[in-house]
Amino acid sequence: MERISKDDVKHVAKLAELEFDEKDVDKITTQLDRILDHVANISKVDTEGIPPTSHVMDVKNVFREDEVKESVTQEDALKNAPDMENQGFKVPKID
Amino acid sequence: MEIHYLTAHELKDRLKKRELSCAEIAGSIYSRIDEVENKLNSYIRLDKEHALSGAGEIDKLISSNAIEISDFTGIPVAIKDNMCTKNITTTCASRILENYVPIYNATVIDRLESRNYILAGKANMDEFAMGSSNENSYFGPTKNPWNTGRVPGGSSGGPAASVASGEAICSLGSDTGGSIRQPASLCGIVGFKPTYGRVSRYGLVAFASSLDQIGPLTRDVDDCAAMLNVICGCDGNDSTSIDTAVPDFKSFLAEDMKGMKIGIVKELMAEGIDREVREAVQMTIKMAEEAGGKVEEVSIPSLEYALDVYYIIAPSEASSNLSRFDGVRYGHRNMQARTLREMYQRTRAEGFGEEVKRRIMIGTYCLSAGYYDAYYEKAQRVRTLIINDFKKAFGKFDVLISPTSPTTAFKIGEKIEDPLTMYMSDICTIPVNLAGLPAISIPAGLSADKLPIGLQIIGDILREDNVLKAASSLEKAIGFKDKPGI
Repeated sequence: MERISKDDVKHVAKLAELEFDEKDVDKITTQLDRILDHVANISKVDTEGIPPTSHVMDVKNVFREDEVKESVTQEDALKNAPDMENQGFKVPKID
Repeated sequence: MEIHYLTAHELKDRLKKRELSCAEIAGSIYSRIDEVENKLNSYIRLDKEHALSGAGEIDKLISSNAIEISDFTGIPVAIKDNMCTKNITTTCASRILENYVPIYNATVIDRLESRNYILAGKANMDEFAMGSSNENSYFGPTKNPWNTGRVPGGSSGGPAASVASGEAICSLGSDTGGSIRQPASLCGIVGFKPTYGRVSRYGLVAFASSLDQIGPLTRDVDDCAAMLNVICGCDGNDSTSIDTAVPDFKSFLAEDMKGMKIGIVKELMAEGIDREVREAVQMTIKMAEEAGGKVEEVSIPSLEYALDVYYIIAPSEASSNLSRFDGVRYGHRNMQARTLREMYQRTRAEGFGEEVKRRIMIGTYCLSAGYYDAYYEKAQRVRTLIINDFKKAFGKFDVLISPTSPTTAFKIGEKIEDPLTMYMSDICTIPVNLAGLPAISIPAGLSADKLPIGLQIIGDILREDNVLKAASSLEKAIGFKDKPGI
Protein backbone atom coordinates (compact mmCIF):
# COMPACT_ATOMS: atom_id res chain seq x y z
CA MET A 1 0.00 0.00 0.00
CA GLU A 2 1.20 3.46 -0.82
CA ARG A 3 1.23 5.58 2.32
CA ILE A 4 2.51 8.79 0.83
CA SER A 5 2.26 10.12 -2.72
CA LYS A 6 4.51 12.50 -4.62
CA ASP A 7 1.87 15.20 -4.19
CA ASP A 8 1.81 14.59 -0.41
CA VAL A 9 5.59 14.96 -0.36
CA LYS A 10 5.37 18.27 -2.20
CA HIS A 11 2.69 19.49 0.20
CA VAL A 12 4.70 18.45 3.28
CA ALA A 13 7.82 20.10 1.81
CA LYS A 14 5.87 23.35 1.58
CA LEU A 15 4.75 23.02 5.23
CA ALA A 16 8.37 22.41 6.23
CA GLU A 17 9.72 25.31 4.11
CA LEU A 18 11.91 22.95 2.08
CA GLU A 19 12.22 22.46 -1.65
CA PHE A 20 13.17 19.37 -3.66
CA ASP A 21 13.75 18.99 -7.36
CA GLU A 22 11.70 16.38 -9.27
CA LYS A 23 14.41 13.70 -9.05
CA ASP A 24 14.69 14.10 -5.28
CA VAL A 25 10.92 14.02 -4.87
CA ASP A 26 10.91 10.50 -6.37
CA LYS A 27 13.68 9.31 -4.08
CA ILE A 28 12.31 10.82 -0.89
CA THR A 29 8.77 9.58 -1.66
CA THR A 30 10.06 6.00 -1.86
CA GLN A 31 12.11 6.39 1.32
CA LEU A 32 9.34 8.06 3.33
CA ASP A 33 6.89 5.43 2.16
CA ARG A 34 9.09 2.62 3.50
CA ILE A 35 9.77 4.42 6.79
CA LEU A 36 6.11 5.33 7.38
CA ASP A 37 5.07 1.79 6.50
CA HIS A 38 7.46 0.48 9.16
CA VAL A 39 6.51 2.90 11.93
CA ALA A 40 2.81 2.37 11.22
CA ASN A 41 3.35 -0.98 12.99
CA ILE A 42 2.28 0.79 16.17
CA SER A 43 -1.31 0.88 14.92
CA LYS A 44 -1.46 -2.81 15.96
CA VAL A 45 -0.88 -1.95 19.63
CA ASP A 46 -3.91 -1.75 21.89
CA THR A 47 -3.65 1.61 23.68
CA GLU A 48 -7.23 1.79 24.93
CA GLY A 49 -7.20 3.84 28.14
CA ILE A 50 -3.43 4.48 27.94
CA PRO A 51 -2.60 8.22 28.15
CA PRO A 52 0.03 9.73 25.85
CA THR A 53 3.39 10.47 27.53
CA SER A 54 3.92 14.16 28.22
CA HIS A 55 7.05 13.74 30.34
CA VAL A 56 9.03 10.71 31.49
CA MET A 57 8.72 11.70 35.14
CA ASP A 58 5.93 13.14 37.26
CA VAL A 59 6.94 16.76 37.10
CA LYS A 60 5.26 19.95 38.20
CA ASN A 61 5.36 23.24 36.40
CA VAL A 62 8.50 25.26 37.07
CA PHE A 63 8.13 28.85 38.22
CA ARG A 64 10.70 31.51 38.93
CA GLU A 65 10.70 35.01 40.37
CA ASP A 66 9.96 37.73 37.83
CA GLU A 67 13.20 39.65 38.25
CA VAL A 68 14.91 42.13 35.98
CA LYS A 69 18.20 40.62 34.89
CA GLU A 70 20.85 41.42 32.34
CA SER A 71 19.84 40.17 28.92
CA VAL A 72 21.40 39.85 25.47
CA THR A 73 22.55 43.19 24.05
CA GLN A 74 21.37 44.34 20.65
CA GLU A 75 24.93 44.20 19.40
CA ASP A 76 25.38 40.56 20.51
CA ALA A 77 21.99 39.54 19.13
CA LEU A 78 22.95 40.87 15.70
CA LYS A 79 26.43 39.35 15.66
CA ASN A 80 25.40 36.34 13.56
CA ALA A 81 22.85 38.13 11.38
CA PRO A 82 23.21 37.37 7.65
CA ASP A 83 21.86 40.86 6.87
CA MET A 84 20.86 43.84 9.00
CA GLU A 85 19.77 47.46 8.86
CA ASN A 86 19.02 50.05 11.55
CA GLN A 87 19.89 47.58 14.32
CA GLY A 88 17.37 45.05 13.04
CA PHE A 89 17.40 41.82 11.06
CA LYS A 90 16.84 42.56 7.38
CA VAL A 91 14.91 40.09 5.22
CA PRO A 92 13.73 40.07 1.59
CA LYS A 93 10.29 41.40 0.73
CA ILE A 94 7.39 39.64 2.42
CA ASP A 95 5.00 38.62 -0.34
CA MET B 1 51.73 4.18 28.68
CA GLU B 2 51.90 7.33 26.55
CA ILE B 3 50.51 10.47 28.19
CA HIS B 4 47.73 10.73 25.60
CA TYR B 5 46.37 7.32 26.63
CA LEU B 6 46.19 8.01 30.38
CA THR B 7 42.87 8.60 32.16
CA ALA B 8 41.90 11.95 33.67
CA HIS B 9 42.29 10.59 37.20
CA GLU B 10 45.79 9.21 36.44
CA LEU B 11 46.76 12.59 35.00
CA LYS B 12 45.33 14.37 38.03
CA ASP B 13 47.54 12.25 40.32
CA ARG B 14 50.61 13.11 38.24
CA LEU B 15 49.72 16.79 38.18
CA LYS B 16 49.38 16.75 41.96
CA LYS B 17 52.78 15.10 42.36
CA ARG B 18 54.19 17.72 39.96
CA GLU B 19 55.41 14.89 37.68
CA LEU B 20 53.64 16.48 34.74
CA SER B 21 52.44 19.94 33.74
CA CYS B 22 49.20 20.87 32.01
CA ALA B 23 51.28 22.20 29.11
CA GLU B 24 52.90 18.77 28.69
CA ILE B 25 49.48 17.07 28.68
CA ALA B 26 48.07 19.48 26.09
CA GLY B 27 51.29 19.18 24.06
CA SER B 28 51.05 15.41 24.06
CA ILE B 29 47.40 15.48 22.94
CA TYR B 30 48.21 17.89 20.13
CA SER B 31 51.18 15.84 18.87
CA ARG B 32 48.85 12.85 18.78
CA ILE B 33 46.31 14.96 16.85
CA ASP B 34 49.06 15.94 14.38
CA GLU B 35 49.84 12.24 13.99
CA VAL B 36 46.37 10.72 13.44
CA GLU B 37 43.79 13.43 12.71
CA ASN B 38 44.27 13.28 8.93
CA LYS B 39 43.30 9.59 9.09
CA LEU B 40 40.35 10.02 11.49
CA ASN B 41 38.70 13.44 11.03
CA SER B 42 37.49 13.42 14.65
CA TYR B 43 37.37 17.19 14.83
CA ILE B 44 35.58 20.01 13.06
CA ARG B 45 37.60 22.73 14.77
CA LEU B 46 40.97 22.66 16.50
CA ASP B 47 42.86 25.55 18.09
CA LYS B 48 46.30 24.33 19.13
CA GLU B 49 47.66 27.72 20.15
CA HIS B 50 44.67 28.50 22.34
CA ALA B 51 44.85 25.07 24.01
CA LEU B 52 48.59 25.29 24.68
CA SER B 53 48.50 28.87 25.98
CA GLY B 54 45.47 28.00 28.12
CA ALA B 55 47.37 25.05 29.60
CA GLY B 56 50.34 27.32 30.33
CA GLU B 57 48.06 29.76 32.16
CA ILE B 58 46.65 26.95 34.30
CA ASP B 59 50.19 25.78 35.14
CA LYS B 60 50.94 29.30 36.40
CA LEU B 61 47.78 29.36 38.51
CA ILE B 62 48.68 25.98 39.99
CA SER B 63 52.27 26.90 40.79
CA SER B 64 51.19 30.15 42.44
CA ASN B 65 48.59 28.19 44.44
CA ALA B 66 45.84 30.36 42.99
CA ILE B 67 43.79 27.25 42.16
CA GLU B 68 43.50 23.71 43.48
CA ILE B 69 43.97 20.78 41.14
CA SER B 70 40.53 19.19 40.93
CA ASP B 71 39.03 16.65 38.52
CA PHE B 72 39.61 17.82 34.91
CA THR B 73 41.89 20.73 35.79
CA GLY B 74 44.19 21.02 32.77
CA ILE B 75 42.60 18.00 31.07
CA PRO B 76 41.96 18.28 27.30
CA VAL B 77 38.30 17.48 26.68
CA ALA B 78 36.72 17.19 23.21
CA ILE B 79 33.28 18.80 22.94
CA LYS B 80 30.70 17.61 20.43
CA ASP B 81 30.06 20.48 18.05
CA ASN B 82 26.40 20.85 19.05
CA MET B 83 27.27 22.44 22.42
CA CYS B 84 27.62 26.21 22.36
CA THR B 85 31.09 27.56 23.11
CA LYS B 86 31.22 31.34 23.46
CA ASN B 87 33.10 33.02 20.58
CA ILE B 88 34.04 29.60 19.12
CA THR B 89 32.12 28.34 16.09
CA THR B 90 29.49 25.70 16.82
CA THR B 91 28.35 24.09 13.58
CA CYS B 92 26.34 20.95 14.46
CA ALA B 93 28.25 19.57 11.45
CA SER B 94 25.80 21.46 9.24
CA ARG B 95 26.28 23.88 6.40
CA ILE B 96 23.46 25.97 7.83
CA LEU B 97 25.56 26.72 10.95
CA GLU B 98 28.96 26.64 9.25
CA ASN B 99 29.85 30.15 10.48
CA TYR B 100 27.71 30.36 13.61
CA VAL B 101 29.57 31.87 16.57
CA PRO B 102 27.61 31.51 19.84
CA ILE B 103 27.43 34.53 22.12
CA TYR B 104 27.14 32.32 25.20
CA ASN B 105 28.39 29.05 26.68
CA ALA B 106 26.30 25.94 27.22
CA THR B 107 25.89 25.31 30.95
CA VAL B 108 28.12 22.20 30.73
CA ILE B 109 30.90 24.36 29.25
CA ASP B 110 30.61 26.89 32.10
CA ARG B 111 30.83 24.00 34.55
CA LEU B 112 33.95 22.58 32.88
CA GLU B 113 35.51 26.05 32.76
CA SER B 114 35.01 26.37 36.51
CA ARG B 115 37.33 23.32 36.75
CA ASN B 116 39.87 24.98 34.41
CA TYR B 117 39.58 22.28 31.74
CA ILE B 118 41.23 22.57 28.32
CA LEU B 119 39.07 22.57 25.20
CA ALA B 120 40.82 19.99 22.99
CA GLY B 121 38.54 20.91 20.06
CA LYS B 122 35.01 20.81 18.71
CA ALA B 123 34.31 17.23 17.72
CA ASN B 124 32.76 15.90 14.53
CA MET B 125 29.25 14.42 14.52
CA ASP B 126 26.31 13.49 12.33
CA GLU B 127 24.57 16.69 11.22
CA PHE B 128 22.28 17.89 14.03
CA ALA B 129 23.05 14.58 15.82
CA MET B 130 20.97 12.64 13.31
CA GLY B 131 22.74 9.44 12.37
CA SER B 132 24.47 6.30 13.64
CA SER B 133 27.67 6.36 11.59
CA ASN B 134 29.00 9.94 11.48
CA GLU B 135 28.65 9.79 7.70
CA ASN B 136 26.08 12.62 7.79
CA SER B 137 28.62 15.32 8.68
CA TYR B 138 28.91 18.27 6.29
CA PHE B 139 32.63 18.20 7.16
CA GLY B 140 33.18 14.61 6.08
CA PRO B 141 32.87 11.33 7.99
CA THR B 142 34.92 10.41 11.06
CA LYS B 143 36.70 7.04 10.83
CA ASN B 144 36.94 4.33 13.46
CA PRO B 145 40.44 4.26 15.05
CA TRP B 146 40.28 0.44 15.28
CA ASN B 147 39.81 0.15 11.52
CA THR B 148 39.66 3.26 9.37
CA GLY B 149 37.47 1.50 6.80
CA ARG B 150 34.76 1.30 9.46
CA VAL B 151 32.40 3.86 10.99
CA PRO B 152 32.97 5.10 14.57
CA GLY B 153 29.22 5.07 15.22
CA GLY B 154 27.13 8.16 15.71
CA SER B 155 26.04 10.66 16.22
CA SER B 156 28.89 11.35 18.71
CA GLY B 157 31.43 9.70 16.37
CA GLY B 158 34.01 12.46 16.79
CA PRO B 159 33.81 12.51 20.61
CA ALA B 160 34.21 8.70 20.62
CA ALA B 161 37.01 8.43 18.04
CA SER B 162 39.03 11.24 19.68
CA VAL B 163 38.98 9.55 23.09
CA ALA B 164 39.64 6.07 21.67
CA SER B 165 42.65 7.25 19.66
CA GLY B 166 44.30 9.56 22.22
CA GLU B 167 43.27 12.82 20.55
CA ALA B 168 41.49 13.81 23.79
CA ILE B 169 41.44 12.40 27.31
CA CYS B 170 37.66 12.40 27.45
CA SER B 171 34.75 14.12 25.74
CA LEU B 172 31.18 15.27 26.02
CA GLY B 173 28.54 13.94 23.65
CA SER B 174 24.76 14.06 23.43
CA ASP B 175 22.43 11.08 23.28
CA THR B 176 18.92 11.19 21.79
CA GLY B 177 18.56 7.54 20.76
CA GLY B 178 21.99 6.10 21.56
CA SER B 179 24.32 8.77 20.21
CA ILE B 180 26.76 8.50 23.17
CA ARG B 181 26.50 4.77 23.92
CA GLN B 182 26.58 3.33 20.38
CA PRO B 183 29.77 5.18 19.28
CA ALA B 184 31.36 4.42 22.68
CA SER B 185 30.58 0.76 22.02
CA LEU B 186 31.96 0.80 18.45
CA CYS B 187 35.14 2.60 19.59
CA GLY B 188 35.86 0.54 22.71
CA ILE B 189 35.35 3.22 25.38
CA VAL B 190 32.88 4.11 28.15
CA GLY B 191 29.82 6.25 27.34
CA PHE B 192 27.06 7.34 29.72
CA LYS B 193 23.61 8.79 29.12
CA PRO B 194 22.29 10.16 32.44
CA THR B 195 18.62 10.24 33.48
CA TYR B 196 16.64 12.73 31.36
CA GLY B 197 17.03 16.10 33.10
CA ARG B 198 20.12 15.26 35.17
CA VAL B 199 22.26 17.50 32.95
CA SER B 200 21.16 20.91 31.73
CA ARG B 201 20.49 21.10 28.00
CA TYR B 202 20.98 24.88 27.97
CA GLY B 203 23.27 25.65 25.04
CA LEU B 204 22.87 22.19 23.49
CA VAL B 205 21.39 22.71 20.03
CA ALA B 206 18.05 20.92 20.33
CA PHE B 207 17.27 17.82 18.25
CA ALA B 208 14.42 16.05 20.10
CA SER B 209 13.85 17.92 23.34
CA SER B 210 12.07 15.13 25.24
CA LEU B 211 14.91 12.68 24.52
CA ASP B 212 18.17 14.71 24.33
CA GLN B 213 20.69 14.37 27.15
CA ILE B 214 24.36 15.33 27.45
CA GLY B 215 26.83 12.83 28.87
CA PRO B 216 30.51 11.81 29.09
CA LEU B 217 32.65 9.54 26.90
CA THR B 218 35.69 8.38 28.85
CA ARG B 219 38.38 5.68 29.09
CA ASP B 220 37.07 4.19 32.31
CA VAL B 221 34.11 4.27 34.68
CA ASP B 222 36.04 6.35 37.27
CA ASP B 223 36.44 9.23 34.81
CA CYS B 224 32.80 8.83 33.81
CA ALA B 225 31.64 9.25 37.43
CA ALA B 226 33.96 12.23 37.92
CA MET B 227 32.55 13.92 34.80
CA LEU B 228 28.99 13.31 36.00
CA ASN B 229 29.93 15.13 39.22
CA VAL B 230 30.90 18.16 37.13
CA ILE B 231 28.01 18.32 34.65
CA CYS B 232 24.95 17.14 36.62
CA GLY B 233 22.67 19.53 38.49
CA CYS B 234 19.61 21.73 38.24
CA ASP B 235 19.91 24.83 36.05
CA GLY B 236 17.54 27.79 36.00
CA ASN B 237 18.16 28.10 32.26
CA ASP B 238 16.67 24.64 31.56
CA SER B 239 13.27 24.12 33.14
CA THR B 240 13.45 20.38 32.38
CA SER B 241 16.62 19.95 34.45
CA ILE B 242 15.70 18.03 37.60
CA ASP B 243 15.65 19.86 40.90
CA THR B 244 17.08 17.06 43.02
CA ALA B 245 20.25 16.59 45.04
CA VAL B 246 23.31 15.55 43.02
CA PRO B 247 25.14 12.70 44.76
CA ASP B 248 28.89 12.14 44.63
CA PHE B 249 28.84 9.72 41.70
CA LYS B 250 32.38 8.54 42.50
CA SER B 251 31.10 7.11 45.78
CA PHE B 252 29.17 4.45 43.83
CA LEU B 253 32.24 2.86 42.26
CA ALA B 254 32.38 -0.65 43.67
CA GLU B 255 34.53 -3.78 43.72
CA ASP B 256 31.69 -6.26 43.48
CA MET B 257 27.96 -6.51 42.84
CA LYS B 258 26.97 -8.53 45.91
CA GLY B 259 23.20 -8.75 46.20
CA MET B 260 22.50 -6.88 42.98
CA LYS B 261 19.58 -8.14 40.94
CA ILE B 262 20.37 -8.12 37.24
CA GLY B 263 17.88 -8.65 34.44
CA ILE B 264 18.98 -9.81 30.99
CA VAL B 265 16.63 -8.24 28.45
CA LYS B 266 15.37 -11.19 26.40
CA GLU B 267 14.21 -9.12 23.40
CA LEU B 268 17.70 -7.56 23.06
CA MET B 269 19.52 -10.91 23.04
CA ALA B 270 17.48 -12.31 20.17
CA GLU B 271 18.22 -13.13 16.56
CA GLY B 272 18.84 -9.62 15.21
CA ILE B 273 21.94 -9.40 17.43
CA ASP B 274 25.26 -10.69 16.03
CA ARG B 275 26.36 -14.02 17.50
CA GLU B 276 29.74 -12.66 18.60
CA VAL B 277 28.06 -9.74 20.36
CA ARG B 278 25.66 -12.06 22.18
CA GLU B 279 28.53 -14.33 23.24
CA ALA B 280 30.50 -11.42 24.65
CA VAL B 281 27.46 -10.33 26.66
CA GLN B 282 26.94 -13.93 27.87
CA MET B 283 30.53 -13.90 29.16
CA THR B 284 29.91 -10.76 31.18
CA ILE B 285 26.77 -12.32 32.64
CA LYS B 286 28.93 -15.13 34.06
CA MET B 287 31.29 -12.52 35.47
CA ALA B 288 28.36 -10.69 37.05
CA GLU B 289 27.32 -13.90 38.80
CA GLU B 290 30.88 -14.50 40.00
CA ALA B 291 30.94 -10.93 41.33
CA GLY B 292 27.91 -11.69 43.49
CA GLY B 293 25.06 -10.60 41.21
CA LYS B 294 21.81 -12.53 40.87
CA VAL B 295 21.04 -12.83 37.18
CA GLU B 296 17.69 -13.66 35.59
CA GLU B 297 16.09 -13.20 32.19
CA VAL B 298 13.39 -10.55 31.84
CA SER B 299 10.99 -9.87 28.99
CA ILE B 300 9.98 -6.35 27.99
CA PRO B 301 7.40 -7.07 25.26
CA SER B 302 6.70 -3.47 24.21
CA LEU B 303 10.32 -3.07 23.06
CA GLU B 304 9.13 -4.53 19.77
CA TYR B 305 7.65 -1.11 19.00
CA ALA B 306 10.42 1.13 20.40
CA LEU B 307 12.08 1.84 17.06
CA ASP B 308 8.77 2.79 15.46
CA VAL B 309 7.80 5.04 18.36
CA TYR B 310 11.21 6.72 18.23
CA TYR B 311 11.12 7.33 14.48
CA ILE B 312 7.84 9.17 14.90
CA ILE B 313 8.59 11.16 18.08
CA ALA B 314 12.21 12.18 17.39
CA PRO B 315 11.61 13.48 13.82
CA SER B 316 8.41 15.24 14.98
CA GLU B 317 10.29 17.12 17.69
CA ALA B 318 13.17 17.75 15.29
CA SER B 319 10.91 19.22 12.61
CA SER B 320 9.64 21.70 15.19
CA ASN B 321 13.07 22.48 16.73
CA LEU B 322 14.78 22.95 13.37
CA SER B 323 12.18 25.43 12.13
CA ARG B 324 14.32 28.12 13.82
CA PHE B 325 16.95 27.73 11.08
CA ASP B 326 15.39 30.07 8.57
CA GLY B 327 18.27 32.33 7.52
CA VAL B 328 16.94 35.35 9.45
CA ARG B 329 18.93 35.67 12.67
CA TYR B 330 21.96 33.43 12.24
CA GLY B 331 23.47 30.81 10.00
CA HIS B 332 23.50 30.37 6.26
CA ARG B 333 21.17 32.44 4.04
CA ASN B 334 20.52 32.15 0.32
CA MET B 335 21.23 35.70 -0.86
CA GLN B 336 19.64 35.36 -4.32
CA ALA B 337 16.07 34.83 -3.11
CA ARG B 338 13.75 37.74 -3.86
CA THR B 339 10.96 37.02 -1.41
CA LEU B 340 10.88 35.84 2.19
CA ARG B 341 9.31 32.43 1.50
CA GLU B 342 11.78 31.81 -1.32
CA MET B 343 14.62 32.75 1.04
CA TYR B 344 13.37 30.31 3.72
CA GLN B 345 13.01 27.44 1.28
CA ARG B 346 16.30 27.89 -0.55
CA THR B 347 18.24 28.55 2.64
CA ARG B 348 16.94 25.36 4.24
CA ALA B 349 17.23 23.29 1.04
CA GLU B 350 20.93 24.20 0.66
CA GLY B 351 21.71 24.39 4.38
CA PHE B 352 20.48 20.98 5.53
CA GLY B 353 21.87 17.62 4.45
CA GLU B 354 19.85 14.68 3.15
CA GLU B 355 19.19 12.87 6.45
CA VAL B 356 18.17 16.06 8.25
CA LYS B 357 15.71 16.93 5.49
CA ARG B 358 14.35 13.38 5.54
CA ARG B 359 13.65 13.62 9.26
CA ILE B 360 12.11 17.08 8.99
CA MET B 361 9.81 15.62 6.32
CA ILE B 362 8.84 12.57 8.44
CA GLY B 363 8.19 14.80 11.45
CA THR B 364 6.21 17.40 9.55
CA TYR B 365 4.09 14.63 8.03
CA CYS B 366 3.45 12.94 11.41
CA LEU B 367 2.38 16.26 12.95
CA SER B 368 0.28 17.43 10.02
CA ALA B 369 -3.50 17.69 10.08
CA GLY B 370 -5.13 14.31 9.56
CA TYR B 371 -2.07 12.28 10.59
CA TYR B 372 -1.30 13.63 14.08
CA ASP B 373 -3.57 11.17 15.91
CA ALA B 374 -2.47 8.07 13.98
CA TYR B 375 1.24 8.79 14.25
CA TYR B 376 2.37 11.31 16.89
CA GLU B 377 -0.30 10.83 19.52
CA LYS B 378 -0.43 7.06 19.04
CA ALA B 379 3.37 6.93 19.41
CA GLN B 380 3.17 8.86 22.71
CA ARG B 381 0.60 6.30 23.97
CA VAL B 382 2.82 3.36 23.03
CA ARG B 383 5.69 5.23 24.70
CA THR B 384 3.67 5.14 27.93
CA LEU B 385 3.44 1.35 27.58
CA ILE B 386 7.21 1.11 27.17
CA ILE B 387 7.73 3.29 30.27
CA ASN B 388 5.28 1.10 32.21
CA ASP B 389 7.07 -2.09 31.11
CA PHE B 390 10.40 -0.69 32.31
CA LYS B 391 8.79 0.35 35.63
CA LYS B 392 7.59 -3.21 36.08
CA ALA B 393 11.07 -4.60 35.34
CA PHE B 394 12.70 -2.23 37.82
CA GLY B 395 10.25 -3.43 40.46
CA LYS B 396 12.22 -6.66 40.33
CA PHE B 397 15.73 -5.73 39.14
CA ASP B 398 18.37 -3.13 40.07
CA VAL B 399 19.85 -3.00 36.58
CA LEU B 400 19.09 -4.42 33.16
CA ILE B 401 21.78 -5.69 30.81
CA SER B 402 21.90 -5.91 27.01
CA PRO B 403 24.32 -5.38 24.14
CA THR B 404 24.78 -1.68 23.28
CA SER B 405 24.80 -2.25 19.54
CA PRO B 406 23.56 -5.27 17.59
CA THR B 407 26.80 -5.33 15.59
CA THR B 408 30.41 -4.19 15.82
CA ALA B 409 31.52 -1.22 13.68
CA PHE B 410 30.16 -1.61 10.15
CA LYS B 411 31.86 -0.53 6.93
CA ILE B 412 31.75 3.08 5.76
CA GLY B 413 29.11 3.26 3.02
CA GLU B 414 27.48 -0.03 4.04
CA LYS B 415 24.17 1.40 5.33
CA ILE B 416 24.12 5.02 4.23
CA GLU B 417 21.86 4.45 1.20
CA ASP B 418 19.28 2.56 3.27
CA PRO B 419 17.89 4.75 6.08
CA LEU B 420 15.77 2.01 7.68
CA THR B 421 18.70 -0.41 8.04
CA MET B 422 20.76 2.42 9.52
CA TYR B 423 17.96 3.17 12.02
CA MET B 424 18.13 -0.47 13.24
CA SER B 425 21.66 0.20 14.58
CA ASP B 426 20.05 1.88 17.59
CA ILE B 427 17.59 -0.86 18.45
CA CYS B 428 19.18 -1.55 21.88
CA THR B 429 19.70 2.07 22.93
CA ILE B 430 16.51 3.81 21.74
CA PRO B 431 14.13 2.32 24.36
CA VAL B 432 16.27 3.85 27.13
CA ASN B 433 15.76 7.40 25.80
CA LEU B 434 12.03 6.88 25.36
CA ALA B 435 11.79 6.06 29.07
CA GLY B 436 14.32 8.72 30.19
CA LEU B 437 16.51 6.13 31.96
CA PRO B 438 20.24 6.31 32.77
CA ALA B 439 22.45 3.82 30.91
CA ILE B 440 26.12 3.17 30.27
CA SER B 441 28.08 1.33 27.61
CA ILE B 442 31.35 -0.30 28.67
CA PRO B 443 33.77 -2.32 26.52
CA ALA B 444 33.09 -6.06 26.82
CA GLY B 445 35.86 -7.36 24.56
CA LEU B 446 36.95 -7.59 20.94
CA SER B 447 35.46 -9.53 18.05
CA ALA B 448 37.53 -11.98 15.97
CA ASP B 449 38.33 -9.18 13.52
CA LYS B 450 39.53 -6.94 16.39
CA LEU B 451 36.56 -4.61 16.71
CA PRO B 452 35.19 -3.56 20.11
CA ILE B 453 31.93 -4.94 21.54
CA GLY B 454 29.92 -2.89 24.06
CA LEU B 455 27.79 -3.93 27.02
CA GLN B 456 24.83 -1.76 28.02
CA ILE B 457 23.78 -1.44 31.66
CA ILE B 458 20.46 0.32 32.26
CA GLY B 459 19.18 1.71 35.58
CA ASP B 460 15.85 3.03 36.83
CA ILE B 461 15.11 6.78 36.76
CA LEU B 462 17.73 8.64 38.88
CA ARG B 463 19.44 5.36 39.82
CA GLU B 464 22.82 6.18 38.30
CA ASP B 465 24.20 4.66 41.51
CA ASN B 466 23.22 1.12 40.48
CA VAL B 467 24.49 1.62 36.93
CA LEU B 468 27.89 2.85 38.13
CA LYS B 469 28.17 0.12 40.76
CA ALA B 470 27.53 -2.62 38.20
CA ALA B 471 29.68 -0.95 35.54
CA SER B 472 32.73 -0.43 37.76
CA SER B 473 32.55 -3.95 39.10
CA LEU B 474 32.14 -5.52 35.65
CA GLU B 475 34.84 -3.26 34.21
CA LYS B 476 37.30 -4.81 36.67
CA ALA B 477 36.14 -8.33 35.86
CA ILE B 478 36.35 -7.76 32.10
CA GLY B 479 39.76 -6.06 32.31
CA PHE B 480 39.58 -4.51 28.82
CA LYS B 481 42.97 -2.88 28.18
CA ASP B 482 43.28 -3.01 24.39
CA LYS B 483 44.03 0.10 22.36
CA PRO B 484 43.38 0.65 18.66
CA GLY B 485 46.28 0.05 16.28
CA ILE B 486 46.24 3.51 14.75
